[in-house]
Amino acid sequence: MNSYSVISIIILYLLVLFGIAYWAERKAKKRWVNNAYVYTLSLAVYCSAWTYYGSVGIAARSGVSFLTTYLGPIIAAPLWIVVLKKVIRISKQHKISSIADFISLRYGNNRFLGGLVTVVCVIGILPYISLQLKAVSETFSILTSTPLTASTSSVFTDTTFYVAILLATFVAFFGTRTVDAARRRQGIIFSVAVESILKLVFFLAIGIYVTFYLFDGTSDIFNKISKTDNFESLISLTSIEAGINWYFMIALSFFAIFLLPRQFQVSVIENVTEKHLKKAIWLFPLYLLLFNIFVIFIAWGGRLSLGNTVNPDYFTLLLPLKEQNTVLATLVFLGGFSAVISMVVVSTLALSTMLSNNLIIPYGFLDKFSRSHPERIDYYIKNIRRIAIFSLIVGAYLFYINFNIQLSLFSIGLISFVVIAQLAPSFFIGLFWNRGSARAAKLSIISGSLITTYTLILPFVLDSIFDNATYIENGPFGFGLLRPYQLFGIDFLTPVTHAFFWSMFFNILVYLAISLASVGNYRERNYAEMFVHSNAHYLQENAFVWKGEAYVQDIRNMLYTFLGRRKTDHALHQFFNKYDIPLTTERADARLINFSEKLLTGSLGGASSRILIASVIQEQPVSLVEVLEILEENKKAISSNKTLTQKSKELTKLTEELKKANHQLQLQDKLKDEFLDTVAHELKTPITAIRATSEVLKDNEDMPDSLQQEFLSNILHDSKRLSKLINNILDLEKLASGREIFDKKEHNLQKTIDRAVKGILPIAKEKQVRIKVSKEINIIKSRYDEDRMLQVFTNILSNAIKFVEKEKGEISIRYKRGTNAVLIQIEDNGKGIPKEDVPHIFDKFYQSKNQNLQKPVGSGFGLAISKHIVENHKGKIWVDEEVITGARFNIKLPCK
Amino acid sequence: MSKKILIVDDEPNIVMSLEYTFKKHKYDVFIARDGSEAIAILKAEVPDIILLDIMMPKVDGYQTLQFVKANEAYKEVKVIFLTAKNKNSDIEKGLAMGVNAYVTKPFSVKKLVKKVDALIN
Repeated sequence: MNSYSVISIIILYLLVLFGIAYWAERKAKKRWVNNAYVYTLSLAVYCSAWTYYGSVGIAARSGVSFLTTYLGPIIAAPLWIVVLKKVIRISKQHKISSIADFISLRYGNNRFLGGLVTVVCVIGILPYISLQLKAVSETFSILTSTPLTASTSSVFTDTTFYVAILLATFVAFFGTRTVDAARRRQGIIFSVAVESILKLVFFLAIGIYVTFYLFDGTSDIFNKISKTDNFESLISLTSIEAGINWYFMIALSFFAIFLLPRQFQVSVIENVTEKHLKKAIWLFPLYLLLFNIFVIFIAWGGRLSLGNTVNPDYFTLLLPLKEQNTVLATLVFLGGFSAVISMVVVSTLALSTMLSNNLIIPYGFLDKFSRSHPERIDYYIKNIRRIAIFSLIVGAYLFYINFNIQLSLFSIGLISFVVIAQLAPSFFIGLFWNRGSARAAKLSIISGSLITTYTLILPFVLDSIFDNATYIENGPFGFGLLRPYQLFGIDFLTPVTHAFFWSMFFNILVYLAISLASVGNYRERNYAEMFVHSNAHYLQENAFVWKGEAYVQDIRNMLYTFLGRRKTDHALHQFFNKYDIPLTTERADARLINFSEKLLTGSLGGASSRILIASVIQEQPVSLVEVLEILEENKKAISSNKTLTQKSKELTKLTEELKKANHQLQLQDKLKDEFLDTVAHELKTPITAIRATSEVLKDNEDMPDSLQQEFLSNILHDSKRLSKLINNILDLEKLASGREIFDKKEHNLQKTIDRAVKGILPIAKEKQVRIKVSKEINIIKSRYDEDRMLQVFTNILSNAIKFVEKEKGEISIRYKRGTNAVLIQIEDNGKGIPKEDVPHIFDKFYQSKNQNLQKPVGSGFGLAISKHIVENHKGKIWVDEEVITGARFNIKLPCK
Repeated sequence: MSKKILIVDDEPNIVMSLEYTFKKHKYDVFIARDGSEAIAILKAEVPDIILLDIMMPKVDGYQTLQFVKANEAYKEVKVIFLTAKNKNSDIEKGLAMGVNAYVTKPFSVKKLVKKVDALIN
């Protein structure tokens, strides 16, 4: 394919990525950009060009061992819920911006340690980045069928150089938008996620193409390859030694998924919420599995079609090219290119932050910064990072031009892993063991790195670059026991696992020994406690132990220099509010000091901010015992505080409930009082009449007979009234308390109504009131207590008769049938119910507020009783408000 | 000259007994079934004493008493509350408004007559 068209495709592709990143930055707060899928896909930055091309190479050369690189992360994924969650939480608490920051802070914000980790990472990762550039330039040359030119001619004619510069620009643009390195960079992460999809899709495409198009499926490839020599060794572990190698390789990649700066960047720094981990722990392993489905078949297919003469790393490109399928080859190239871009971009981003925050600023620029304006400092920091980005990429490019051409993708990648693994003991043990000390961390990393250099890097460099193998075969000065690949006579491990084993062995040994032997200073123990017990709430700002003299104004001035006035005042205001400290406080306490350190950490790194804060405060050393005591006190204070808060909350709740209950009782009491009052009043009225009348009769024997008769009938009337009243009261109380047992049976509703009408007819006739009952042909059956229901109808009918005018009165009864209910309407043409009385007429004893009415005749209980009866039958009773003349009562009952 | 008594109550049977009794004791008896009827009568007649029920429709006992107390013409008129209300707060309210006596229902007619006689003479 024409190299210009490939270059245009590359440029177009990069432009699209820039566009995507720019769009994502604009939508930085949207769910589109901040979700668990984007997070998981960004983790797939793990799959670099090494995965994309190198796995096939390994599978072709040495069989299934390529899987080890993925088994480590797959095993690690479930542990994320414990380990990674903890790391994320700590990092967010302390505004950590890189793994160097993390380790240095764990060991008491140790400047040297931060620098050391940075150096180790740069040494480990720079060749790894150059490896990616190598992949670009080699695949470019394969795709365009041009010979590799980089080492022979000027860099300016090399496409890879321009690609590298473009990538550096991309990182510099999207990676340094804010000074605070602990802030997230949605643009870069989203584009990495998109690239992760592309590389997977394109890799699966070539896998399917090879397996099902070039061959007849998986079994076809297997049958053919199984007839070749050496096949057994490719698919199985042949010995215990191979098993041990396999085991160490898995351990190596297990560490890498946590410790690689780019993995730390995407999994910790760019994490939005811990919740996303839940999805990542199954989705990420799934991604890796998908990526590896076709590796072995592509490798075997490549061996079968292309033989052993070409570089198996590039089977994925060579196979479609051999079939003249340039479109697929270009897609494969773009997939690999995506893998390269995401790895290079995230790695450089992470390394540049480490370089600026943990090496350059703390060791060189603090003095200068202290004398500058905040805007200038922002500008300096950004520029330091930008320069670091370009230096890293150019460095990687130069490394590639000078050394890398001879090396395979896989070997460099593994060396990288071994170097990075040197951070593992300080990182993992330090996370769970509070005794791990700063000195132990420093010395263990140094000794592990030295062993790695001796057993892996040095011989590798001598052998592959200078072609000098005598030292490897005989050991230094012919001292056989020190042969770098068989140190102390261990001769069954591959160079990589051998170096990994010995470096880890000494690394862990040194770490444990020194930690146990020495007592760290109080500051590192303080941070150790904060990290190890990161879940405990009592270990936040309060957990920072500090003694000495410090003034708020000094700290404030220092913050002004670095953050500017507005930001500083805003932050301090919030802090004072949070802890309820008066704004006029002069002395700074430990919390403020810790808070100020954190404020600066994002832009300057932990070590620098500690140095800066230390320069304005007078610190007194605290003994280790004191640290532990204070922490213990904090813990107790906070837990007792918690219990107190809890108790007081419970109390408040209880009081609230009591108040409510009391109020309810009072209300009930009041209602009961009112009820009793009314009952007493209602009872007293007929009693008064009876008593007065009897007294008059007794004392006046001379009274004419006719008058006597009248008085006696009055007594009779009042007695009847009294007994009716008593019955009603008892009835209502029985109904209201639910003690009444209804005798519910199926009845014909029309018949019951007819009985009610018949019963009331004499009074109606007396007042010459007409009662009309509408004809309903169908029999309406319903279950009810007939006596009770008669009571209801009679009550409403007699009320109606009471309120209509003599002779003109008319009462009509209608039925309206629904599917499983019937509505009975009883309407009269009387004076109606005043609007304000409508809501109350079913209350017991309700007496109309409308004083124009005569005191209602009757007890005032009838409707209240009716309501109870109807509701007990799962029915409803109400009056219509919209009726203009007369009253309309509605009774709804369930029916069949 | 016989004394005039105004009986205000909405219970006809009670009124009937009282009317018979006071007439027998030589009173001029006036009857009102509620406060508004009472006020109408008061405009024409100034009784010596009023027997006043409290709970009545339209204009209740308190309102009627207010009318009586507000008018200089009824300065000499005595008022007795006749009521089923017997809570201390009700009694105090009545006394504060200037009622002369308070008789709770049910009452003895004989005692009521004695009380009326005592108040007037």
